Amino acid sequence: MSPDDLVAAVIAIESGVAKKDLCDRLAVNVLPETLLKFMQRLHDDPQLAFDMLYTHTAVDYPVENRIELIYQLYSVKQRHYLMVATSVKRDKPEISSVSSIWRIAEWHEREVYDLFGVLYDGHPDLRRLFLDDDWKGFPLRKDYKDDFMLERPE
Amino acid sequence: MSIRVTTLDEKIHEIPTNESPMASQEYFVNMGPQHPSTHGVLRLVLKMDGETVREILPVLGYIHRGIEKKGEHIGYRQFVHLTDRLDYLSALANNWAVSMVVEKAMNIELNDRIQTIRTIMAELQRIQSHQLWWGVFGMDLGAFTPFLYGFRDREKITTILEETIGARLTMNYIQPGGLMFDIQPDFAKKVKEFISYFKPKLEEYETLVSNNVIFEQRMKNVGILDAATAVSIGTTGPVLRASGVAHDLRKDEPYGVYGKVQFKVAVGSVGDSWDRYRVRIEEMRQSIQIVEQLIDNIPEGKTLVMKPAIKIKLPAGNYYSHIETARGIFGVFVVADGTDRPYRIHLRTPNFNNLWAVTVTAPGWRLADLVTILSSLDIVVPDIDR
Repeated sequence: MSPDDLVAAVIAIESGVAKKDLCDRLAVNVLPETLLKFMQRLHDDPQLAFDMLYTHTAVDYPVENRIELIYQLYSVKQRHYLMVATSVKRDKPEISSVSSIWRIAEWHEREVYDLFGVLYDGHPDLRRLFLDDDWKGFPLRKDYKDDFMLERPE
Repeated sequence: MSIRVTTLDEKIHEIPTNESPMASQEYFVNMGPQHPSTHGVLRLVLKMDGETVREILPVLGYIHRGIEKKGEHIGYRQFVHLTDRLDYLSALANNWAVSMVVEKAMNIELNDRIQTIRTIMAELQRIQSHQLWWGVFGMDLGAFTPFLYGFRDREKITTILEETIGARLTMNYIQPGGLMFDIQPDFAKKVKEFISYFKPKLEEYETLVSNNVIFEQRMKNVGILDAATAVSIGTTGPVLRASGVAHDLRKDEPYGVYGKVQFKVAVGSVGDSWDRYRVRIEEMRQSIQIVEQLIDNIPEGKTLVMKPAIKIKLPAGNYYSHIETARGIFGVFVVADGTDRPYRIHLRTPNFNNLWAVTVTAPGWRLADLVTILSSLDIVVPDIDR
């Protein structure tokens, strides 16, 4: 499937899917409400067959009050890539878990919860991954501060 | 909707839903964080029934250094230094991945000399990494000799790399736009000497371990990871290929000069510890072949095609590049905002996904087999924690 065909096929799956600009690889934006259904189609459709989740991470944009969630997908069968991005509100960061589709998402989502505080609905075992269970705050958020952080001299 | 966050404590003290069939008592054991066979500070909480492992809860973060957070405060050229400390056995490949992101974002064309040297170095390090794995694997299974043999041969490569790079572990040699230094004048000669030394040694490895019936019985059919599971948990590298999926970025998305050299992708069929062992041994042979094809014709040219300025400004956008290290796919995702520092930098590390395989494959096996399985996955813990 050529990159153009792939984009067209992906956009046709769900309304609200649009090509994401300023990306060096193929990328689309999805509405958070339709994420799970959209991902299920990407995984199940034999033409798309995205059977591997390379990585899942987040980017914090405090000014726009949103946290962007990034999913890097790959298809071992069709040998193509796709980056899926969606945004949740920073003060109510809730999204459906995709761990029912790709099992490894369970760990990636725990990492994003640990460092960004995003809550995943339907996650079987949502707890911190790297930090202690009683850690306060989410370190990869841009406004995170704690007692032993050094101020960077400008 | 209310989403509940649990803790490890709750998880361990959960009331069991179904009783064990043999009316035996299940209990939890801590393996690590300071256990010799976890290859670093990895803690595994094991739910045991007698000597049989029922469930594995990896507890991470004992060497979490916040490298991604640090990355937001330093430049791209400085960030290369931190990648040495992730998977310290693939330092050069990690350097390369970060350099690749920067070069792609800035549209920098590299000359053949840089690409060839990078490829040779990465392959030498792949051999070196597999040698260490082979030695440690032997030790985990109770044989001390492989450890000495592996380290003896690894030392030869380390010396060759040290002569050019100046470091033995944290290489920090590949930088955005090229290489830190040119190779030493007798580099090619020494590499060729090493290859003619190592080829018979690799056969010795086979006679010592591969054809040993005790090793064979401890590895065959132990910890089977089928292809569908391996893909769904996102394993890469030898672990994925041992399960029969021939996904190798060197072939699927050639970078460096991999597109110009002949080599085979080693693939297993069953996905047990034995296959993972075989795949790595075969990969050493293929890496030797790749180096042999390149070492005689290293093209002339500059070793740095970019100004060595500390500040590199990437145009705003999202960039993702990845590379095949000795353990799998190492990816770098950068969100740039036009300044000299990344707005967000994320590392997709191979061991993070590969470790998950132990939670899937090891339940049902004995504790001693867990050590075999863990060792056959070739985990480097700093790469998981970041």
